[in-house]
Amino acid sequence: MDPTASTPSTTATVRRPTSTRFTRGLGVAVIVGAAWVALFGLVLSPNDALQKTGVRILYIHVPSAWLAYLAFIVTGISSAGYLWKRTRSLVWDRVAGASAEVGVLFMGITLVTGSLWGSITWGTYWTWDSRLTTTAFLFVTYIGYLAVRGLGGTLHQRARRSAILALFAVLEVPLVHFSVKWWRPLHQNESVAEGELEDMMLFTLFSGIVTFTLLYVWLVIHRQRTLALDDSVAEHGLDAALAERRQEALQ
Amino acid sequence: MSLWTITRLVAAKDLRVEARSRVMTNQVLPFAGLVMVTFAFALDTSAGDSLLNQVAPGLVWLATLFSLLVVVQRSFAVESADGALDALRVAGVHPGGVFLGKSLALAVQLAVLEALLLFAAVVLYQTEVRASGIVVLLVTYVAATCGLAFVGTIYGGLAAGARGRETLLPLLLLPVVAPVLIGATRATEAALGTNDATPGEGWPWIGLLLLFAALFGAGGTLAFGSLIDE
Repeated sequence: MDPTASTPSTTATVRRPTSTRFTRGLGVAVIVGAAWVALFGLVLSPNDALQKTGVRILYIHVPSAWLAYLAFIVTGISSAGYLWKRTRSLVWDRVAGASAEVGVLFMGITLVTGSLWGSITWGTYWTWDSRLTTTAFLFVTYIGYLAVRGLGGTLHQRARRSAILALFAVLEVPLVHFSVKWWRPLHQNESVAEGELEDMMLFTLFSGIVTFTLLYVWLVIHRQRTLALDDSVAEHGLDAALAERRQEALQ
Repeated sequence: MSLWTITRLVAAKDLRVEARSRVMTNQVLPFAGLVMVTFAFALDTSAGDSLLNQVAPGLVWLATLFSLLVVVQRSFAVESADGALDALRVAGVHPGGVFLGKSLALAVQLAVLEALLLFAAVVLYQTEVRASGIVVLLVTYVAATCGLAFVGTIYGGLAAGARGRETLLPLLLLPVVAPVLIGATRATEAALGTNDATPGEGWPWIGLLLLFAALFGAGGTLAFGSLIDE
């Protein structure tokens, strides 16, 4: 604990920024990347023959979907990392939580951009194909996961509970996917554009994926650090307050 | 004590509690019946009963899921009220046995519930049970009931003792049991011959239900101790 926290001065606040030189560099790279993707996605890349200008939604949609899946995979791995006795550490738990939060956000963006794209290309906001349905279920499952993280209890209780839940989610996702796939065997080709993308479009898409991955890393690092601060408040906050009062009494 | 003895004792305890409290017969079963009647209100039946008949298997399983939520809440409310679950843990009872026991008790209650719901479908929706589909129907019911009981116990245990568990449980449970709803509905359709399905079409779905039950049964037996360890 920072020794300055127990000084009687009421104006003294401990400033510990969550950014480092690395994350600042990363943040700048994300901003540049976002501008780059906007430039290529909105201006330089051509219209699609079939989807017209609607194809531009995909430059956000596909990277968000990629980011969300990446986030949930990281949550699963981190949860296993916490549960495995030799590597047990709350850092795993915080990375899992931070990653799930970012994943839920971008899964939401995926669903919204996907329905917008669907309404332009398919003429409908939603179809019951396996990819869409699994995505929706993933979204709800990880909202539940975040709700469980907020249940309270000690830090290790939270970590263990949510880690087990995350591993059950890993079990659940393929089951949902295959049952929906069986349930609706005949559906249209999910990716109309698969194999038909021009070089420029592929390049834009690729830039989007790289930028979003950097954004993911930036968000998770920061969120992980703020979660660590939250945890230390929960753990030491009472002790610090007691020490302060005691100090006051002694003066 | 062996795992099986613990399982049996815990299940017997749960069923005895239910038998004495009569919550199942006085509240859950009437609720399930009410859900079946409400479905008939929601779906227009003026054009004859064919629509209800067509969707009957899905409605039966949907009503089962709604009732499952109530039964799971109940199963863990009796445990957390007096810290009974903690007492079991302190007594050194194998958590896998507690898991299997509670799942077994839940499965027995669900079986009673499902039988009633199927009967309600026969009476209210004019569903016909064919002799040729009876084996598929029974296996479907056993497989789906095991799966639901295991998942219900896992997530019920997770939410037990937590603030706001009444609202948390449906959020956690319903996405997970989606494969059971899909699989059990298709298999039941095959068994009952809804939409001209043949009983043979039900077996792949039963495979899915069995896989689901096996995965969550194994996972729950392993993880239940850590889940309820507060």
